[in-house]
Amino acid sequence: MLCGLSKPTGGKASVAGFDIARQSEKVKQHIGYMSQKFSLYEDLKVKENIRLYAGIYGLSEKQIKEKGERLMHRLNIYDEQNTLVKQLPLGWKQKLAFSIAIIHTPDIVFLDEPTGGVDPLARRQFWELIYEATERGITAFVTTHYMDEAGYCDRISMMVDGKISALGTPKELKENFNANSIDEVFRTLARGAQRGE
Amino acid sequence: MKTLLSLIIKEFKLIFRDRWTIMILIGMPIVQIALFGFAITTEIRNINFAVLAPQHNETVRKLVERIDANTYFTFVGYIDQTKDIDQAFRKEKADVVLAFKSDVGQQEASSNGIQLQIVTDASNPNTAKTESMYLMGIMKDYFSKANIGAAGVTSSVRILYNPQLKSTYNFVPGIMGLLLLLICAMMTSIAIVREKEVGTMELLLVSPTRPIFVILAKMAPYLTLSIINYITILVLSVFVLQIPIVGSLFWLSVISIIYVFLALAIGLFISTVMSTQVSAMIVSMATLLFPTILLSGMIYPLENSPVILQYVSCIFPGRWYISAVRKIMIEGLPLHYVLTEINVLILMSVIMITLSLKNFKHRLE
Repeated sequence: MLCGLSKPTGGKASVAGFDIARQSEKVKQHIGYMSQKFSLYEDLKVKENIRLYAGIYGLSEKQIKEKGERLMHRLNIYDEQNTLVKQLPLGWKQKLAFSIAIIHTPDIVFLDEPTGGVDPLARRQFWELIYEATERGITAFVTTHYMDEAGYCDRISMMVDGKISALGTPKELKENFNANSIDEVFRTLARGAQRGE
Repeated sequence: MKTLLSLIIKEFKLIFRDRWTIMILIGMPIVQIALFGFAITTEIRNINFAVLAPQHNETVRKLVERIDANTYFTFVGYIDQTKDIDQAFRKEKADVVLAFKSDVGQQEASSNGIQLQIVTDASNPNTAKTESMYLMGIMKDYFSKANIGAAGVTSSVRILYNPQLKSTYNFVPGIMGLLLLLICAMMTSIAIVREKEVGTMELLLVSPTRPIFVILAKMAPYLTLSIINYITILVLSVFVLQIPIVGSLFWLSVISIIYVFLALAIGLFISTVMSTQVSAMIVSMATLLFPTILLSGMIYPLENSPVILQYVSCIFPGRWYISAVRKIMIEGLPLHYVLTEINVLILMSVIMITLSLKNFKHRLE
């Protein structure tokens, strides 16, 4: 709903300063999105995927070239630019998907369970990428079910039964719930849930 | 506009990277034309015929010579007794037996007509019927020329538009109707559903691209492919099967374009309803492929089906398209004879496009 995929039935929300009910087109121009499936075109080359998404977001030919090269250098996949995406290992795909999601430097990037199915090392590297992006002023909105990952964030919101039941910095949450880790906070909250997973 | 272009480039790359699919799509019309044009024919050749006659007199000999001279028939020999007819069929020596009841020479003199019996092996009823029809045609011709049996009623049949009764005349419009529908509708629906399955559709919809661009880009390569196939089929049928395009090529193409758009809209509609590639394929096959083959008059004449089925067939676009192609291409009729077909196709397109766009927005936005 926040990305403009479905229309809200009521209430009010704004993303990047735009109302999601009335200005969903504006919202779309200012956000990036990466799904849990690392959705890239498997039958397109690395270079072509970059070109496609950059083109969709209306980047100029010069920008596409410049940003694409920088991106491939940063991810150390410059030599793989003509490889089909389906031949890349999962961790690489994930990093590439993220880099493409922020290629147009959006105000906010939505990451939907971005680290499912990759090894711990790749996860670590991935979070470094996220930090790099936030340093450039891009807000990262991450959903995850790994509580240690939630701890990397600046602000955590926990939802139980469709309602936000905790919101704050990791430190605040631990203090409020008198817990040692985010995981404990989660357990305390989840105990009160009405419906099972 | 630029985003549309990037999307279209992507679609072409994707489809041309899939070597097998592209080979099948381009090769399909060639294979189909070859199959239907040469291998599968409903006309019957190489018919072996035997003759049962009490006396091998001149009248019988002349008649046999006359039939043997026909390229479809081969004379295999005389049979002496009625009970041997059965043997001839069982040993597959003969497909048809021509039996003279009694002494032909005498009856000829009395000019009361000749009594003949045609015995055919009806284990395949269609073949049997066609064989006896051929045989009667030849004999009628012979007797009327020889002025024998003038007392009987002679009817003359003239076959228009397809004087050699070539079955390919019927197949070419059918293949066109089938292939265009298959490529546009089935492939489009599968391609869109694939994006939903893989998850890339989500990304496209989150981006500022307008959904209609996504759809247009998806259709572009299939539109191109259909045009290539359309040209291939026409070229093959004119130069290989030697079926002339009697009517206007321009209107034939216009109708085909309308039909292709309709097929694309159907494909889009299927893709909005189905969520997996397999289900999209099964639905396209069940609702498009089989009805088009069976109910469009492509192989079996529609007039032979029960009335209810004839009404049912009206909802399948293939039927209207094939009928229009037949009228323009084979019969060479001017445009106003196919106005009904064109109107129905346009109406169907409008309905399908409205429905699918509405459904598409509803589902994905």
